[in-house]
Amino acid sequence: MTIHPSELIVPGPTPTGESEKFWAGCRDGELLLQFCERCEHWVFYPRTVCPHCWSDRLDWRRAAGTGSVRSFTVVHKPGHPGWAVAAPYVVAVIDLAEGPTMLTALVGVEPAGVRVGLPVAVRFETVGEFVLPFFAPVPPTA
Amino acid sequence: MSGTRPTGAIVGVGELTPTRTTSGKTTLGMLAEASRLALEDSGLDRDRIDGLLVGPQVGETPQHVPATVAEYLGITPRMSNVVDLGGASGPGMIWRAAAAINAGMATAVLCVLGNHREPVPSRSPNRNPIREFDVPFGASGANTAYALLKTRHMHDFGTTDEQFASLAAVSRANAQSNPDAIFYGKPIDTAGILASPMIAEPLHLLEIVMPVAGGDAVIVMGAEAAEAATLRHAPVYLRGAGEMVTHRAMSQAPSYTTGPLKPSMAQALAQAGIGIDRIDLLSLYDCYTVMLAITIEDAGLCAPGQFGAWAAGRDLSHTGDVALNTHGGQLGFGQADLAGGMSHVVEAVRQLRGTADGRQMADAALALVTGNGATMSEAVALVLGRDR
Ligand SMILES: [Zn+2]
Repeated sequence: MTIHPSELIVPGPTPTGESEKFWAGCRDGELLLQFCERCEHWVFYPRTVCPHCWSDRLDWRRAAGTGSVRSFTVVHKPGHPGWAVAAPYVVAVIDLAEGPTMLTALVGVEPAGVRVGLPVAVRFETVGEFVLPFFAPVPPTA
Repeated sequence: MSGTRPTGAIVGVGELTPTRTTSGKTTLGMLAEASRLALEDSGLDRDRIDGLLVGPQVGETPQHVPATVAEYLGITPRMSNVVDLGGASGPGMIWRAAAAINAGMATAVLCVLGNHREPVPSRSPNRNPIREFDVPFGASGANTAYALLKTRHMHDFGTTDEQFASLAAVSRANAQSNPDAIFYGKPIDTAGILASPMIAEPLHLLEIVMPVAGGDAVIVMGAEAAEAATLRHAPVYLRGAGEMVTHRAMSQAPSYTTGPLKPSMAQALAQAGIGIDRIDLLSLYDCYTVMLAITIEDAGLCAPGQFGAWAAGRDLSHTGDVALNTHGGQLGFGQADLAGGMSHVVEAVRQLRGTADGRQMADAALALVTGNGATMSEAVALVLGRDR
């Protein structure tokens, strides 16, 4: 089984004033992260101050949208019933090329094909009212 | 690391017997019952209680928690606070109580946690960073988070499913000496744990705590005041404490193979002036096998990645080489929500007093207690001693 995002009927994100730009970027097919102009760290998830230096000089910049799998789990018994149609599916934490980590689900891959260190790239998918940054292996394996 | 040592004494403990669900009970009522048991156990008059530490949940009321609990209990504490460190809340309360006493703000502090559990739990609304950036990707709940830890541990160290399952088997075995444990009368071996359903690969069902209803309360006094008071049991002393908070969401954790308990345990042991080899009872927070595994390694009991070989060479029962979670741990006893973390404190007190009934250790003088909140996020370590 692999995830078919259009079939999911699951809770979506609740954007806040801090994160609106991130979700708007996803709608436009861009992975936008915050960049601290003071200490030059990239920041994810979106915040009002940099978690590295507490500066508020956070700019939005387009990220490469690539990274590698830091760790993963194959979910057999989802915490939310809406995910049951996709189970077993892969939840992974990605080390983004810019430094921050991001949790996501993997698409375009069977669970058996996932390992720590697997190179992946963002793949925007529509789920209900939202466009979410899922990730898929590069080059694609499925 | 050196510096001042915390002083304080635990003079009373109370614990509700875990049940799968409650019906018609309130969290407030259960907090009160656990408190009553702790007071009875201490032998103190109720009017001696002048401090109150409670968890963030009283079920019905999201705000004004200390006031709600104080009103319900009919006490007027001179010091009160919510302690919100997830599973580490219980141990976190103990040193805070001692600190408040040392600051002259109270003389006898009630620390209490508990929860009711309806047959059909309700869902919380969609908010906060985890709900915005983790849950929409299918990562609801703690199971996926702890599975990420286990995957990375197996990848980095080559640890095996059997080694993780063996820790759950130890907990189940120890629970057979505790009639209050939810799995009392239900032993299971490593193979049985591996045969349980896969929940979030590589986590099996029986590597995960059983949620139960229950509650735990502890009363803390100053060491000298405790010695001057008329008590039912000898005081158990706080010898050292350490605490650290690092993150909330697993996606933001600084490491997947070591956690904030490492510096917390080191500080608690340094304050107590002892090494880990002096500890008689390990009362280690065990919401998942991987949490217990990493805590064993972070405590310095073995090298990183070596918990499996460490556990395999030892008898970890109350009569064994090293006593580990003699009440069954939460994996064998059950996890009564935030009170689950306090059960490790209560068990240590019982062993150090010599009142652990059918599972009493021969000569327990020092215990290491840990608490863990969220996913290796909120850490508290305590060293408790029979002697001051
Ligand atoms: Zn910065």
